[in-house]
Amino acid sequence: MTTFADGVLHTHRELDDMLGQRWRKPRLIRRPWLRWTLWAGFIAYLIASYMTVEVNWSRVYEGLDRGWAFVLAFTSPDFFSRGSDIWDGMVESLIMTVAASVVGILISIPIGLGAARNIAPLPVYMICRGIVAVSRALQEIIVAILLVAIFGFGPLAGFLTLSFATIGFLSKLLAEDIESMDRVQAEAVRASGASWLQWVNYGVQPQVMPRLIGLSMYRIDINFRESAILGLVGAGGIGATLNTAFDRYEYDTAAAILILIIVIVMALEYLSGIVRARVQ
Amino acid sequence: MLRLEKLTKTYKTGDKALKAVDLEIPEGQVLALIGPSGAGKSTLIRCVNRLVEPTEGKAWLGDVELTTLSQRGLRKARRRMGMIFQEYALVERLTVMENVLSGRLGYVGFWRSLLRRYPQADVDEAFRLLDRVGLLHMADKRADELSGGQRQRVGICRALIQDPALLLVDEPTASLDPKTSRQIMRLIVELCKERGLAAIINIHDVALAQMFVQRVIGLELGAIVFDGKPEDLTPDVLTQIYGEEDWEATIKKVEDEDDTGEVAAQ
Repeated sequence: MTTFADGVLHTHRELDDMLGQRWRKPRLIRRPWLRWTLWAGFIAYLIASYMTVEVNWSRVYEGLDRGWAFVLAFTSPDFFSRGSDIWDGMVESLIMTVAASVVGILISIPIGLGAARNIAPLPVYMICRGIVAVSRALQEIIVAILLVAIFGFGPLAGFLTLSFATIGFLSKLLAEDIESMDRVQAEAVRASGASWLQWVNYGVQPQVMPRLIGLSMYRIDINFRESAILGLVGAGGIGATLNTAFDRYEYDTAAAILILIIVIVMALEYLSGIVRARVQ
Repeated sequence: MLRLEKLTKTYKTGDKALKAVDLEIPEGQVLALIGPSGAGKSTLIRCVNRLVEPTEGKAWLGDVELTTLSQRGLRKARRRMGMIFQEYALVERLTVMENVLSGRLGYVGFWRSLLRRYPQADVDEAFRLLDRVGLLHMADKRADELSGGQRQRVGICRALIQDPALLLVDEPTASLDPKTSRQIMRLIVELCKERGLAAIINIHDVALAQMFVQRVIGLELGAIVFDGKPEDLTPDVLTQIYGEEDWEATIKKVEDEDDTGEVAAQ
């Protein structure tokens, strides 16, 4: 009995030292001097960078009036004096959005399958990832400027820009969802002797469908907002009307357009909430 | 019926999962594969239907040589091997019926399967199987609404609707409670007998294996170290397979209480 107790006492020597000691989560950077140097450097950089941003206070003071006029315009938005322009612009934007989203989503699905490492062979994977990378690297405005140069002013350039941007966005996220799917469910379908297409349809698709639908809804939302920007570089849509309104200092018309955009985006958000709840 | 000849699997990491395994299973024999985790049990049955590609050796199912088959030939051969998984591996967002019918994918064309327009004979067989395992009323439920035991029974239906000659069963009871485990094992063994199927059942629970199978194979580090009747599993043999432990309690003959009616009743 005594020896047993002695044995316990002996083996728990280390524990005795540790009892009563405070415990803290180990720091990410162990050496204190390095940690504090990094913090000090970061704060110095932050202060230095804020100091380099020049502020012209007299210009700001002049601008306040204009800004205030713009804000006031929201209290009296003018939907009617440019009513037909607004209507045409909205219709054009919606057409661009829907057409580009449908085409973009349809093209994204095969590219997304190809860009998923767990189901595509390496060469296919490299090509699809390449397409995704190119599409994501080129910002919408840059693509739009290029396409306007090729196809001229108008919604065609906007439609192609949005389709192209949709591919990069949706393929990447779809591929990532496929990569994180449950492998065993798909394996079970393969074990039944299913062909590749059947395997995708039964083993992969059910697992990624809710996310695909959710992402598609989100992308439609983004495409509509982007279509309002693309008009600024001449790629058609409501952005062109908005740009004209700003150029003419017609802030009440601009406010009307912005309010319409906000309403439509909110409606899309609401709709996507309903759809996603249903497909989960 | 199934014959393995020097079947070997070496993973890319250099791990030898199977070391020249020779095994022959006659028609209608239900066999349990026991061994510690990492002994190569899962690899062995996955090498048979080539979900894992064996590195060397040959496997015959009847007179079809499996290891050299083309993709097309492999699809055809896989139809004759039904597989039942640990954790069930049902496609969770599909209905019970879609899961069962997915066992026919090797037989029906792409468009039929895409539109879920299966031949009436397949649909009838699916209903019959679901009725056999007592889940007919669940046909249109989504798979993730089912309990563990129910899911595994759907998994059994999916394997059987393939009209297989061989069942490959990977840890069928690993995530089930002890009673459901017995029911599932009993169901598998009964169905094998009814249909004259051979089966390889990977299983951790030695006592459960002893209760239901005719032959036990012990696998250790990718090699067969025991092949014999369930009653020949002595403490010495288990020590050889798993390592030193007190085995007396494990192999004590378990009383098999009479709960045959329960599977059908639930």
